[in-house]
Amino acid sequence: MAGIDACFRLDWPGFSLDVDLKLPGRGVTALFGHSGSGKTTLLRCIAGLERAPQGRLAVDGELWQDAGRWVPTHKRPIGYVFQEASLFAHLTVMGNLRYGMKRNSEAQRVSLDHAIELLGIGHLLDRKPDRLSGGERQRVGIARALAVSPRLLLMDEPLAALDLKRKQEILPYLERLHDELDIPVLYVSHSPDEVARLADYLVAMEGGRVLASGPLAETLARLDLPIRLGEDAGAILDGTVSEVDRKWHLVRVDFDGGSLWARDQGLSVGRRVRVRVLARDVSLASEPGVSSIQNVLRGKVDAIGDDEHPGLALVRVQVGPSVLLARLTKRAAAALAIIQGRDTWVQVKSVALLE
Amino acid sequence: MLTDSDLQALWLTVRLAGIVTLILLLVGTPIAWWLARTKTWWKGPIGAVVALPLVLPPSVLGFYLLLAMGPNGPVGQLTQALGIGPLPFTFWGLVIASVFYSLPFMVQPLQTAFEAVGDRPLEVAATLRASPLDAFFTVAVPLAAPGFLTASILTFAHTVGEFGVVLMIGGNLPGATRVASVQIYDHVEALEYMQAHRLAAVMLLFSFLVLLALYAWRPNPKKGG
Repeated sequence: MAGIDACFRLDWPGFSLDVDLKLPGRGVTALFGHSGSGKTTLLRCIAGLERAPQGRLAVDGELWQDAGRWVPTHKRPIGYVFQEASLFAHLTVMGNLRYGMKRNSEAQRVSLDHAIELLGIGHLLDRKPDRLSGGERQRVGIARALAVSPRLLLMDEPLAALDLKRKQEILPYLERLHDELDIPVLYVSHSPDEVARLADYLVAMEGGRVLASGPLAETLARLDLPIRLGEDAGAILDGTVSEVDRKWHLVRVDFDGGSLWARDQGLSVGRRVRVRVLARDVSLASEPGVSSIQNVLRGKVDAIGDDEHPGLALVRVQVGPSVLLARLTKRAAAALAIIQGRDTWVQVKSVALLE
Repeated sequence: MLTDSDLQALWLTVRLAGIVTLILLLVGTPIAWWLARTKTWWKGPIGAVVALPLVLPPSVLGFYLLLAMGPNGPVGQLTQALGIGPLPFTFWGLVIASVFYSLPFMVQPLQTAFEAVGDRPLEVAATLRASPLDAFFTVAVPLAAPGFLTASILTFAHTVGEFGVVLMIGGNLPGATRVASVQIYDHVEALEYMQAHRLAAVMLLFSFLVLLALYAWRPNPKKGG
């Protein structure tokens, strides 16, 4: 019985949480929502830092909470990364890393050396936390959570307290975690960009309730969801680098149903990549025509939905087995006679490669 | 210079203050921890009781303690039943009275220090497999270390400075209850102004050095990691 089976109900003044979720036992699951949506509270309930009066939690078939059972936090095989790194100020970086490791009675799945190497903190081990930058602190916080060899890694907006530059510094490490460690991760975030880069599975929350949950690409492409992504609405494609064009500094990424050209970022052929295509960068045409847009795909209109602005529509287009979202004005949709089932040319103006 | 009885009084004072500080570290720490962490309704009343010695005249506190520890008081009957005998006018009676008298000087700085540590480091410790007791000793106590230092210095110094409670409970027995403050009083009563001057100067210097240590050595508030 792999996976997480979580059901919590709690009532606080001005906030209530009511969720019943089944989550996969592998990969990265993003708990996504705006502040106040209950995503952090849900994570704290799973960690045992918060005790929902009515709740049931089973992880990989092991019961952590129900009416007659409560496993306290320190006996749950979890790792937890807080929003602020919250390092122990009285210990060095090494002391922080060893604190949990010494107390862990389970099998060592992640060695300390591996955690230090993964997060690139080997040169910081003798320092006290107040001598670290924000990004370094958070990397130590992540390594500390890994060093207890968790069976489940919980991350509460680990990047939210950092500026853009520090975020860029840490994201590659998080992606390495994803690629190298076989530990399921619950990742709380309000950033569509982080979710697109890191998640395999998405739980969208609002007002303490779950709006939707499912595999990332599928869930993001749903038009019936009131996920207010706004400018960040878009589709995710998983693909492989199939060709590098040195002359024009472009790479071709093949995905299920077609291929797209993207700017060369030094990736080699055969590399698995994730591609993010924002709805605002996709337009539809009835003729292929001649334009500056290089990425033109053949697709079929699958569904048409409302966007946030009454003048805009979100159109879901099937390209082979994959889907893309396009944002059009409703007038353009009417002029092109876009209806469900109609074949169309899909022009993709810009593609973001997420390694 | 100081006479033998002056030195005896000073040594007694230091011994009393040291023992009281040690006892209060053991007794005051759990009280401070509880006050810092509890969310119950009891926090207010218990906090007020702990603070009472701050405002009560020492003679009032001494009076009640004398009644309680006297042969007919509840504590006195208990100690007699245990074969210890009545506590008033003994060194240990003075220790117990001083523990009450100096309680807020231990509890309040510790409570402030524990509150400043906050919930987060303890939550972190729990996610790193530390039981609550483990987390208390390995996280809360080290992070509150400056508070322990302040509380101990204040408690020690405050016990050295007591007078009213000593007179009520301890009386004036050389080597047992005649502490420095009482010794000075005796000197003045006997018009031995020179002796009083010397001992008073020692006390003044001691008090100044303690407060200097407290105010001059202020570690920077620890930056959260």
